[in-house]
Amino acid sequence: MTLAVVDLGYGNLGSIAIAFERFGLQPLVTADPERIAGADKVLLPGVGAAGFAMERIATLGLAPVLRALTQPALGICLGMQLLFERSEEEDTPCLGLIPGQVRRLGPAPERPVPHMGWSALEVEDESIGLNSCDYVYFAHSYACDDGPATVARATYGRTIPAVVRHANWTGAQFHPERSGKAGAAFLKAWLDA
Amino acid sequence: MPARRIIPCLDVKDGRVVKGVQFRAHRDVGDIVEHALRYSEEGADELVFYDIGASAEGRCLDTDWIRRIARVIDIPFAVAGGLRTRDQAAACLDAGADKVSINSPALERPALIDELARDFGSQCVVLGVDSFEAGGIYWVKQYTGSPDATRDTGRQTLDWVREVTGRGAGEIVLNCMRRDGVRTGYDLPHTRAVVDAVTVPVIASGGAGAPEHFRDAFMMGGASGALAATVFHDRLIPIPALKEFLATCGIEVRR
Repeated sequence: MTLAVVDLGYGNLGSIAIAFERFGLQPLVTADPERIAGADKVLLPGVGAAGFAMERIATLGLAPVLRALTQPALGICLGMQLLFERSEEEDTPCLGLIPGQVRRLGPAPERPVPHMGWSALEVEDESIGLNSCDYVYFAHSYACDDGPATVARATYGRTIPAVVRHANWTGAQFHPERSGKAGAAFLKAWLDA
Repeated sequence: MPARRIIPCLDVKDGRVVKGVQFRAHRDVGDIVEHALRYSEEGADELVFYDIGASAEGRCLDTDWIRRIARVIDIPFAVAGGLRTRDQAAACLDAGADKVSINSPALERPALIDELARDFGSQCVVLGVDSFEAGGIYWVKQYTGSPDATRDTGRQTLDWVREVTGRGAGEIVLNCMRRDGVRTGYDLPHTRAVVDAVTVPVIASGGAGAPEHFRDAFMMGGASGALAATVFHDRLIPIPALKEFLATCGIEVRR
C-alpha cells in the first residue's frame, strides 16, 4: 500500500510520518500532484495558519488534486480544517469539501485558548477505532462547525468535532500521532478500513 | 479545561539526561530515550526536554536527540534551549518536537515570538518565564541556565506575560525561581496572578514536593499543567499514584 503525505513545505511532518512507520509503512512525503493522485491513501497534515497553508496549496497547484481524490484521505488538525468551506483564521477560503466554517475558539475563565491538552471524546461510531471516554491530545485555537459529518466530538465551551467523515475524507482535529494508544488505534482503523 | 497535565521536565546535556546539583556538577542519570519511554509508559501527559546551558553558551539545541525521542514516544513533547531563529524552530518541529519553548532569546528579541506564531501557529510556541520575587514584585530573569550568566531584565513578570501572549505565544511555563528545587510547593498566588493575566494555558513550575502541591497548583493556582523534575526523577512520586490522588480530589486527569 502506498501512503502519500502531502508536503506543504513548512516542516513538522516528522512525528506524523513516524507514527505510520510504526505500522511498518514507509510514507511517501511529497508535493507532486501525480504521486498524490496515484497513492492508495493520502494524508493531509497541517500545522501553522490556514492562510499560509492555502497559499502553499495554491502555489503547489494541489487544490484540484486534493478536491478530485477518491481514495481514502485523512486530514489532521489544520489539515482537517482545510477541508471545510472557510476559516475565520485570516478569513481564508478553504477546499470546500465539507460544508461548514472554521471558527475561532473564545477564551473564558478555566477555558484557555489554545485548547491544549487531553480531552475526552464522545464517539458515535466506534469503527473509527475510538471509544467514548478515550482521551486524545488537542492543540488548536480554531475549530470546525459541528454537523452531519461529525462522528466523534469533544466539548470545549462548545461542541468540537474531533473526527469527521465525508465521502472519502476523514478529518481528525486532535493529533493521533501524539495521542498514545487511542491515537494509534484510530490510525490503524483508518489504514485498515 | 482539558484534563490537567502532569509534565516531567528532563535536563539534557550532550544527548544524555543529567541532574544538576545547585546548578553545578551535572550528574549523568541515563539515556534520553529510556527516560522518555519510561515517563510515557507511566502516564505522563507531556514531556519537556531542556538543553541546559544552550542559551547561556550561545548555541542552539541539536536535533539529533529530538529525532530519537520522536521515534519512540506517542505523547506530545516540547524542546527548549537556545532557540533563536525561525529556521532553528522549524528544524526542531520537523525532527518531531510538538512545541518549541523559548525564554532568553525572546527577551533579547521579542519579535521572535511573532515570527514563530505566524509560521507555525501559537500552539507550537511556548514561552518559558523565570520569575523572581523581590520586594513583593515579580521580575523576569534571563540566562538562568548558568548562575554566572543569570541577570535581571528589568521587566515585571505580569507585563511580560501579557506582552508575549499578545505576540502569539500559545502557552506559558511559569518557573518561580525561589521555589526551584526546594519542594515546598508551587507559588500559588503568583501562578494565579499569571493565569488571570493571560488567556492561554499556564503551566506551573518550581517547588513540587508532594501530591498535594499538584492539587493546589490546579485548584488554587488555576494551572493547566504542572511541571516537575526531581520528584519524578528520584521516583518520590509515581505518576499513576499521583493521578489517582488527583482524581479523588475531583480533578480531571487522563488515566
